[in-house]
Amino acid sequence: MQTLKAVLREVTGLFVDDGSLAFAVIVWIGIVWLMFKRFHVPFPGGNVLMIGFCAVLIGNLIQSTRRISRKPKDRFRSGA
Amino acid sequence: METNWAHLGTSIGASFLASLVECVEALTVILAVGSVRGWRSALAGCAAAVGILFVIVLILGRALLRAPLHALQLVVGILLVLFGLRWLRKAILRAATLIPFHDEVTVFEKNTALASSTGSNSDTGSNSDTWDKVAFASTFNITMLEGTEVVFIVIAVGAGGTGMSIPAGVGAFAALIVVTVLGLILQRPLSRVPENALKFVVGVLLSAFGTFWVGEGMNLQWPGSDWSIVALIICYLALAGAMVSVCRRFAHFA
Repeated sequence: MQTLKAVLREVTGLFVDDGSLAFAVIVWIGIVWLMFKRFHVPFPGGNVLMIGFCAVLIGNLIQSTRRISRKPKDRFRSGA
Repeated sequence: METNWAHLGTSIGASFLASLVECVEALTVILAVGSVRGWRSALAGCAAAVGILFVIVLILGRALLRAPLHALQLVVGILLVLFGLRWLRKAILRAATLIPFHDEVTVFEKNTALASSTGSNSDTGSNSDTWDKVAFASTFNITMLEGTEVVFIVIAVGAGGTGMSIPAGVGAFAALIVVTVLGLILQRPLSRVPENALKFVVGVLLSAFGTFWVGEGMNLQWPGSDWSIVALIICYLALAGAMVSVCRRFAHFA
C-alpha cells in the first residue's frame, strides 16, 4: 500500500512540481483552444501555442529566480 | 519518408536520454543497497519491478492503440508539456546555480548508510545467499518509482503516431542496457554522467514533442508539417540557453 501511495505521489510529481507553471500551461492551452476552435483566429495555431508556452516558462523562471534570490539561506538547501 | 526521419530520430533520442537519467538514478540506489545488504535480494527486487513495469507497458500500450488519435495526442501532449517544462525549468535553475545539482555520490553515501542502519543483514549472520526483505523492498521501490517515469516517457513519446512506440521502446531499452553494463563494470555510481546537461536536453526534447502533440490534438496548423518538431527543438534550446544567463544576471541584481 505504501509503495502504491509512493508511486501515485511520484506520478503526480512527474507533471506538477511548481503548481503555478502547470496552471499557466493548462490555462494557455484553454485560451489557444478558444482562439482557434471557437473564434477561428487567422494565424498559424502551432506558432501561437509555442510562443505562449515560451512566455509561460520565461515568466515562471523570472518569478522563481526572484523568489530564490530573496531567500539566500534557502539556496542550495534542496534539489532532488 | 521525411516525416519518418523527423519522428524516428527524435523519438529514439528523447526516450534514450530521458531513460538514461532515470536509470542512472535507480542504479545509484541499487548499488548502495546491493553492496551493503547482498546482491541476490537487491537484484530480485529490481527484476520484479521491471517485470511489473513491462506488463504495465503492454496493457497500456494495447489500450492506447484503441483510443482516438487526436484525443490521445492532446492528452499525451499536455502531459508531455507539463513533464518537459518541469524538467527544463529545473535544469535552467540548476545551470544558473540557483538550486543545487543532483549529486549521485551523495545519494549513494546516504543510501549506503541507510541500508547499513536498517535491520542489518550481518546481524542475523546472513549474507548474499539469503533473502533480505529490506534489500528487496528498497530496490523494488526505486525501480518502480524511476521506472514509472520511463514507462510514461515511452508511452508518451510513442503515442503520437502509428508505429512510434517501437523506436521509443528501443531508446529506453538501449538506455537500460548501457546503464546496466556500466554499473556491472564500474560497480559505483555513475557520477560522471552530466545529469543536468542531460535533463536540460531531455526537457527541451519533451517540451518540443508535447507542444507538437498538443497542436496536432487540437488540429492546429504547423508550418513545415512534421519538420516543425525540429524547429520546436531549436526554439526551446535557444530559449533555455538564453534563460540560463538571464536568470544568473537577474539573481545577481535581485
